Amino acid sequence: MTTKTPPETFAVIGTTPPRVDAGAKVTGAAVYGVDVMRPRMAYGRILRSPHAHARIVRIDTRRAEAMPGVLAVATAADLPAAVDDTANDRYARDATLASERVLYHGHPVCAIAATTPEIAEDALALIDVDYEPLEPVLDVCRAMERDAPILHPDLRTRSLAGMGTTPTNVAEHLRFEIGDPDKAMDAADVVVEREFRTATVHQGYMEPHAATAEWSPEGTLTIWATTQGGFSVRDRVHELLHLPMADIRVVPTEVGGAFGGKNVGYADIVAALLARKANRPVRVVMSREETLLATGPTSGTWMRVAVGARRDGRITAAKAELRFEAGAFPGAPVGSGANCMFAPYDIPNGRIDGYGVVVNKPSTGDYRSPGATQAVFAAEAVLDEVATLLGMDPIAFRLLNCAHDGTARITGGVHEHIGIEQVLEATRDSAHYRAPCPESTGHLRRGRGVALGFWGNWGARSSVTLTVAEDGTVSLLTGSVDITGTRTSLAMQAAETLGLPLEMIAPAMGDTHSTGYSDNSGGSRTTMATGIAVVRAAEDLLARMKERVAAWWGVDASTVTYALGAFTSTTTGDTMSWAEAASHQFETGGAVRGQGDVNVRKWGAAYATHIVDVEVDTETGGVRLLRHTVVQDVGRAIHPGQVASQMQGGTSQGIGWALYEGYAYDAQGRMLNANLLDYKMPTYRDVPTIETILVEVPYPGHPYGIRGVGEAPIVAVPAAIAAAIHDAVGVRPTRLPMDPVQILELLGIIDP
Amino acid sequence: MTERTRVRAIINGEPVEFLCEPRQSLLDCLRDVLGLTGTKCGCNDGNCGSCSVLLDGRLVNSCLVLGVEIEGRSVTTVEGLAQWPGTRIIQQSFVEQDALQCGFCTPGMLIASKALLDHNPHPTEEEIRTWMSGNLCRCTGYERLVCAVQTAADQLAAIEGAE
Repeated sequence: MTTKTPPETFAVIGTTPPRVDAGAKVTGAAVYGVDVMRPRMAYGRILRSPHAHARIVRIDTRRAEAMPGVLAVATAADLPAAVDDTANDRYARDATLASERVLYHGHPVCAIAATTPEIAEDALALIDVDYEPLEPVLDVCRAMERDAPILHPDLRTRSLAGMGTTPTNVAEHLRFEIGDPDKAMDAADVVVEREFRTATVHQGYMEPHAATAEWSPEGTLTIWATTQGGFSVRDRVHELLHLPMADIRVVPTEVGGAFGGKNVGYADIVAALLARKANRPVRVVMSREETLLATGPTSGTWMRVAVGARRDGRITAAKAELRFEAGAFPGAPVGSGANCMFAPYDIPNGRIDGYGVVVNKPSTGDYRSPGATQAVFAAEAVLDEVATLLGMDPIAFRLLNCAHDGTARITGGVHEHIGIEQVLEATRDSAHYRAPCPESTGHLRRGRGVALGFWGNWGARSSVTLTVAEDGTVSLLTGSVDITGTRTSLAMQAAETLGLPLEMIAPAMGDTHSTGYSDNSGGSRTTMATGIAVVRAAEDLLARMKERVAAWWGVDASTVTYALGAFTSTTTGDTMSWAEAASHQFETGGAVRGQGDVNVRKWGAAYATHIVDVEVDTETGGVRLLRHTVVQDVGRAIHPGQVASQMQGGTSQGIGWALYEGYAYDAQGRMLNANLLDYKMPTYRDVPTIETILVEVPYPGHPYGIRGVGEAPIVAVPAAIAAAIHDAVGVRPTRLPMDPVQILELLGIIDP
Repeated sequence: MTERTRVRAIINGEPVEFLCEPRQSLLDCLRDVLGLTGTKCGCNDGNCGSCSVLLDGRLVNSCLVLGVEIEGRSVTTVEGLAQWPGTRIIQQSFVEQDALQCGFCTPGMLIASKALLDHNPHPTEEEIRTWMSGNLCRCTGYERLVCAVQTAADQLAAIEGAE
């Protein structure tokens, strides 16, 4: 790990203490969603559709209900009727339990609670469901054709022109434009246009979805869930079950990986319905098969990209058409893909058309930089080809064309406070890039690729409470869920601001009753936005402590100063330690706490480049990574070790997406690889040592300069590997995953 | 409901007796019957290693072993690791090398590391990567895990050398 740090010194920020949750995680003591146990708890299971597209003719649950040990059976009929019968309400209800139609293999149809998991499993086989199979549509391009099977008869295309008037699978059509792309493309010296496809891939978090629900005799509900945000669970329960918000308490557990995939729950509503009917706590834990079949993977795509440039290397025009599968219900991350794909560049003329299209696959969810990895794979491949045609070094080409502060973007707005040039320079100057690429030998062809990725990051709402105990130690309670070492990075910001040793700060995740509203831990927002809430809470706590010390001394609070654990009176010169001041809190008015509640509306974007050396075996089509470096602008690394770990983890997921992962379906739309043998994620043997270079261009909107870091490192990985494969064997992959079949096809060894 | 079978075994050094259904896996028994939830279920078909335990000192996926099969045998789970100074060093190494993020795969990784170091106290990086390749981690990219196992091996060797 290398860090390029601007000259500024901190006491805690920039150090690498052990993470606060490590002890519980190496002893088995940490309680995840799947581990929650309640007295009298029953076990829920979900019956799922074997069909990709079918009408439900009849559901008969009588045989299952009669089985000893079965406590409750729930179907869509148990969901309260929608208050506003809007399409979105119907989609949310049908996503929970199908009512009239099933729209993908694995769609929930019915749920059972029983006294043991074994009885629940046996009872599933006693539910009789009659289906009338309908023709499925799995391919995004086929789904856009006029005669395609229609998933939702009421769906109309939403676009800038308003709502469409005819039934369609195209849920949305977005268009972004700057300059005159048609004219500029015609005038370009070099134009490259290519088409791309990417497979549906899953976040692959190791802990499946799980939720445990328990109702009180008064009708209030508590849910323990593995989730990226307790408040988002609360809000959805409120919408679907019509409970007052304050009657719903959501307790987020430790989260066994999420990567965007736990922004939405798939077990919580069902657990609540079953628990109410069974009159007992019910835990629903999904299996790996269910997790792959029926949570929210990210979109499979078809994309076309064209880029035009002048002979001197300047990009003059870009055009793209993005067709993103939304899965069974609208909501593809096509806008986010469009927003990211050309963001790193100064392109005066551009147009992006984006389509979100429903198909008979699971409804897509968020996956680490949603939409960006697919779109950047396509954009960077075309840009790499342009640079190759012009005979330019890929980094020099990007430095010539990169955006700067003030550069207008195709998707609107202008760049502010970006560190893209610094990232490219650090990439160019890295030991990896300066070293020669390994030579090819025989059928083992070696090559190097570089690509650049962007993620916009996020801010939004966060709440933090700091409470000082009588011994001076400080508890930190946040509504943000810790999915990435957040407790540690927040405690470090609190310690820095309070001038106290890190050991005096005890961070914890709150629930929806104990903290103020906090958005999901997603969009790489938490260390940044919740960090601002921490700094506000610390400043609030310091102000209150000064008032208490002033009261103790009988002086005016404005004459009390504080630095590094000691209060000083500017009038008398008296001093008092932090701990002593804390010990007087009850004599000076009661408990002392500081509160930080924010809604952060501006944040800094993140850029990351990858340098990859690959070895392509031209006999087998296999691709092996020899060396990998990721360079990223992290704003300021609070905990450089955890930041580097995020960069390595994102890169590792990108390697899986690039080379191995993809949903496989048969012609009827049944998923063929819903297990971790056939859906192959990278192992110890597939991921090389990933070198990390942290570039720090502090973001001025955060007191310590933080930018979100979690998502950007995945974005350009498939693009960089594709460029390296081209460098090695002279052919350009256009599909993800870049598996041996595709490589052998491109090499002309097997027929497509 | 199926007839339950009585099973007696040694778990983390303690004699334990429990009832289980013949179809219940060792993983189900540990988690649902005995309350040892440190061992995790990531796939339930032997492809992720989250449920790794030692059965008579051998590394197994507890989802692929039946509860009734452990009659008279000895099982070590993550909850038992802190009993032995050697395994405490592996746990400490994971903490110090920051070899985890979400921690869900960590119990299995620790057990697999112990099995490796029992079997081969001086593994090379290649040997670590090969031995551990049945245990998936989605968060870290593996490098820190490799470092943690290597560091633990070095520390254990240093203690052995000093004794």
